[in-house]
Amino acid sequence: MTKSKFFAVGGVTAALALGTAAPAHAEVTAETAFILNSLSFLMHGFLVMFMAAGFCLLEAGLVRTKNTSMQLLKNIAIYSVAGIMFWALGYNLMYMDVNGWIGSFMPWSAADPAITEAGFDAAAEQGYAAGSDWFFQMVFVAATASIVSGTVAERIKLWPFMLFTVVLTAIIYPIQGSWTWGGGWLTEMGFSDFAGSSIVHSVGGWAALAGAIVLGARKGKYGPDGRVNPIPGSNLPLATAGTFILWLGWFGFNGGSQLAMGSAADIRDIATIYINTNLAAAGGAVTVMVLTQLIYKKVDLTMVLNGALGGLVSITAAPLTPEPSLAIIIGAVGGVLVVFAVPFFDKLKIDDVVGALPVHLVCGIWGTLAVPLSNSDASFVNQIVGIAAIGAFTFTASLVVWLILKVTVGIRVSDEEEALGLDKTELGLEAYPEFGAGSTGR
Amino acid sequence: MKLIMAIIKPFKLDEVQAALSPLGIQGLTVSEVKGFGRQKGQTEIYRGAEYQVSFLPKIKVEVAVKAEIADQVVEVICAAAKTDKIGDGKVFVMDIQKAVRIRTGETDGDAL
Repeated sequence: MTKSKFFAVGGVTAALALGTAAPAHAEVTAETAFILNSLSFLMHGFLVMFMAAGFCLLEAGLVRTKNTSMQLLKNIAIYSVAGIMFWALGYNLMYMDVNGWIGSFMPWSAADPAITEAGFDAAAEQGYAAGSDWFFQMVFVAATASIVSGTVAERIKLWPFMLFTVVLTAIIYPIQGSWTWGGGWLTEMGFSDFAGSSIVHSVGGWAALAGAIVLGARKGKYGPDGRVNPIPGSNLPLATAGTFILWLGWFGFNGGSQLAMGSAADIRDIATIYINTNLAAAGGAVTVMVLTQLIYKKVDLTMVLNGALGGLVSITAAPLTPEPSLAIIIGAVGGVLVVFAVPFFDKLKIDDVVGALPVHLVCGIWGTLAVPLSNSDASFVNQIVGIAAIGAFTFTASLVVWLILKVTVGIRVSDEEEALGLDKTELGLEAYPEFGAGSTGR
Repeated sequence: MKLIMAIIKPFKLDEVQAALSPLGIQGLTVSEVKGFGRQKGQTEIYRGAEYQVSFLPKIKVEVAVKAEIADQVVEVICAAAKTDKIGDGKVFVMDIQKAVRIRTGETDGDAL
């Protein structure tokens, strides 16, 4: 249109805009907030569920072919058992009528008082669907359990391992969880762990450490005079894909821990959480890349993968409060810890097949300690008390369970079975049956 | 009849196969193997622990031929597989006692 017509239209529009009053700003209704909060739990929850696939591929890629099917089976079994145990006992033990130290021993069932025949009842002051919270918390305990399976791979017996998982998901995790997210004594004291650097990751790490100690190292892993014999993984594309899937799932892990999505402030916080989560992972990965190049003259892909995950674990205790620059540093420190922790555990002859101890235990502790760096409501003293309490309880309880299993049903396969591979001896399968009976078809 | 077994560098397989076809070779068998000769392995590091990689990936080519052309086949393989660098491989010639074509039952020279 011509210049004059353009200005005419512009002028009329401006006049109209000035003339009308600003529309009344609509508040988010209680029901809408309820829906959005529940949606956050559900969507972030299924992102965390997919981390089960991430763990599965990562572990499958870092074990040898003769143990691959066993690792795959453990992962799908853990996820399933965790869900059932958390329904049967775990959730209420963690959240229901917590007296400071423990919740209630009964299966989950929760009401939604806000949802009535007459419609949504805002007076019930219920922020989200009870089931959506159960779902979100359930995927967290599943993540904890799967941490253990990587460390003890290639020599653990299947069913004793599942028994341990039952106890971990039904009792050990929920009790220490009740001290914190269940509103118990650690939270009252001021301990702060936003998404679970201690509560999920270090717990998995402590349980794994206890298991690795009781189980012993793989045959041939450690030689005389402190020699460490590498046992390379069989499928690095799987391991890498698994790491990426875990990275993606972590947006659910940390983002959903905002526990709300019903306001502009909440969604802005979730965006911040995604940013910091991503940057911490990146910081960890790059740091390990540089460090392994410098120390070993070659970049070690498997350690870079651990570094990314270590960065993610490190930021998990406080993904909202740091500035992005601090998030990168927190992740980078996680990466440094991973590089030094891997050979450290080997020096102690603690055989951790996938690096779960450096990633989840060491970085979980670091992440928890780092919270006061960006959150003035937390203090180093309170964080240390929490780390120590959770660690002492989890490690001791796990050690007891592993020892009981060891002296009753036994937890380790025989030397011959270990040499043949667990796929053949525990499952009767081959993960990659290139040729042989049945694999070529009729 | 002779069985000619050649251990060659993996990337030389296509060249060797191409060099053999003008000689009227009707078939051969290829497998992935690992090995070492005077080309020693090297030291690698996995997650901070050193180890010796003694075995290097190679390709084994096996082809059964009439005795008259055996020497020529060996020459052709060597020329195609050679890089003048350590690790080029070796060729072995063995006697075949008997050969049978499974589908038709033809034996010896007719089976090749």
